[in-house]
Amino acid sequence: MTNGSPKTAPEQPAIVFDDVVKVWPNSSGGAKALDRVSLNVPAGGITGVIGRSGAGKSTLLRLVNGLERVTSGRVEVLGRDATAARGRDLRALRRDAGMIFQHFNLLANRTVRANIALPLEIAGTPRSRIGPRVDRLIDLVGLTPLADRYPAQLSGGQKQRVGIARALATEPKVLLSDEATSALDPETTQAVLALLRDINRELGLTILLITHEMAVVRDICQHVAVIEAGRIVEAGETYGIFANPQHAVTKSFLSGVTGTALPGFIARRIVPDGTGPAILRITFAGERATDPVLSRIGSELGVETSILSGTIEEIDGRPFGNLTVELPAGTLDRVQAFLHAQNLRTEVLGHVG
Amino acid sequence: MSANLIALLWEATLQTLYMVAVSGLLGTVIGLPLGVFLATSKRGELLSAPAVNAVLGLIVNATRSIPFIILVVAIIPFTRLIAGTSIGTTAAIVPLTLAAAPFIARIVETAIREVDGGLIEAARAMGATPHQIIRKVLLPEALPGIALGLTLAMVSLIGYSAMVGAVGGEGLGDLGIRYGYQRFMPDVMLAVVVILIVLVQGVQSLGEAIARRLDHRAAKDRGL
Repeated sequence: MTNGSPKTAPEQPAIVFDDVVKVWPNSSGGAKALDRVSLNVPAGGITGVIGRSGAGKSTLLRLVNGLERVTSGRVEVLGRDATAARGRDLRALRRDAGMIFQHFNLLANRTVRANIALPLEIAGTPRSRIGPRVDRLIDLVGLTPLADRYPAQLSGGQKQRVGIARALATEPKVLLSDEATSALDPETTQAVLALLRDINRELGLTILLITHEMAVVRDICQHVAVIEAGRIVEAGETYGIFANPQHAVTKSFLSGVTGTALPGFIARRIVPDGTGPAILRITFAGERATDPVLSRIGSELGVETSILSGTIEEIDGRPFGNLTVELPAGTLDRVQAFLHAQNLRTEVLGHVG
Repeated sequence: MSANLIALLWEATLQTLYMVAVSGLLGTVIGLPLGVFLATSKRGELLSAPAVNAVLGLIVNATRSIPFIILVVAIIPFTRLIAGTSIGTTAAIVPLTLAAAPFIARIVETAIREVDGGLIEAARAMGATPHQIIRKVLLPEALPGIALGLTLAMVSLIGYSAMVGAVGGEGLGDLGIRYGYQRFMPDVMLAVVVILIVLVQGVQSLGEAIARRLDHRAAKDRGL
């Protein structure tokens, strides 16, 4: 607990994982689901935890609202110790942390309106106050015409909107998202992510989400942590991680979304060393992202490059690009020196054999 | 068939309905909470009490193992304790209830275990107490299954109620045995069987209709 300081100041993290270990009691040899995880989740932002299935991200999320218990270490939520909370304290904490789920987990025999009212009924909110609150929430997620439908009559995206409205019912300060878009098609995913972003901005809600899709991180997360085999292998601002990934797992997650995967016909011809034409990846980040670098390589160095693959996109409101080019044999050193002088990051992927 | 016999059939039908209704109701009063407890008290579940769960499970199984006709006779002292008498239609309600309760408990347990575990997790994440989860999530979501299960229990009770003639309980079964079989009046036997068929059909149809109304799990044609 912060000694006597005022309630969660903006710069104070909303959630702190401090040296958290989780061991499944019945697993042979004490397999660690989480192995000395420390992570700060900034208040008011959207933080993504990305990992493969079984990496421990789901366990990490469930520690925040006490659905799982740490084996050792400490989880602090909104300045309160979530690891020690029991009974009434724990239930109060849970009301301050809404949760949405991959498979929505809506009650089939309650209408949209009644599903959203459930957390309020549980919290003991007077009936007279439940109605208006639920109406506002239904409006917020854009489901007013469907208020009296049952979940079975809704599409996946609509169900998740109900899930979001329900999670917001008790006016939480934290929203936990458990693969909330993993069961949705790409278009619906975009719509749901946009809704989460709006909620984050308008309500100042801290969102902690787990996902296995880097596209989700790219689209809405300001911060990201990469988890692998129960350990956080890399964490930081999304832009920085995208621009300069360090860990192999991060790179493999990124290859799917940032155009860093080589087309097959090049990948098959590539050899690690050689004297043939070099394959070079250039990462454009920050204020250099939109510079006409290739044409300057041509005009200033007299080197002709051919583009193999590339993308440019926006991460956290800033442009970010990746370009893979083929350079004529013998020009690699000069081109790299030129690019580094421009503060651009490069990576030699190999040579065409 | 004489007017006399028709009066007898009518009376016997009412007696059967009385026995089935009262024992069904009492069986539900006992079986419903018992089933809820059985479904939520294994190790690591909401009301985790594995020892009590095991003992109750054993008692339920033991009761269900005893053939009904033996149960009726075996518990005569208990019946006398509860009903003040061990013979007659009202006394017959005691063994019927005792047979129905564990049956209903298992039906309720099964229906509750069918509820998606994700809903329990969602309710816990909302800060619900175990009691609230049972009342607001498990029971409402299991209700269609429970309604079908209770229908099954009622149909079984109609069958069981035919055996209580052994302890002087009346009703359709007893009428069929005494008149149709012992006095060899095939028209009475036939009438009894027809009425029983109609009763079972009626109970089954009603139960299914109620379950359908309660069940919103599948998208129904509501002019979408």
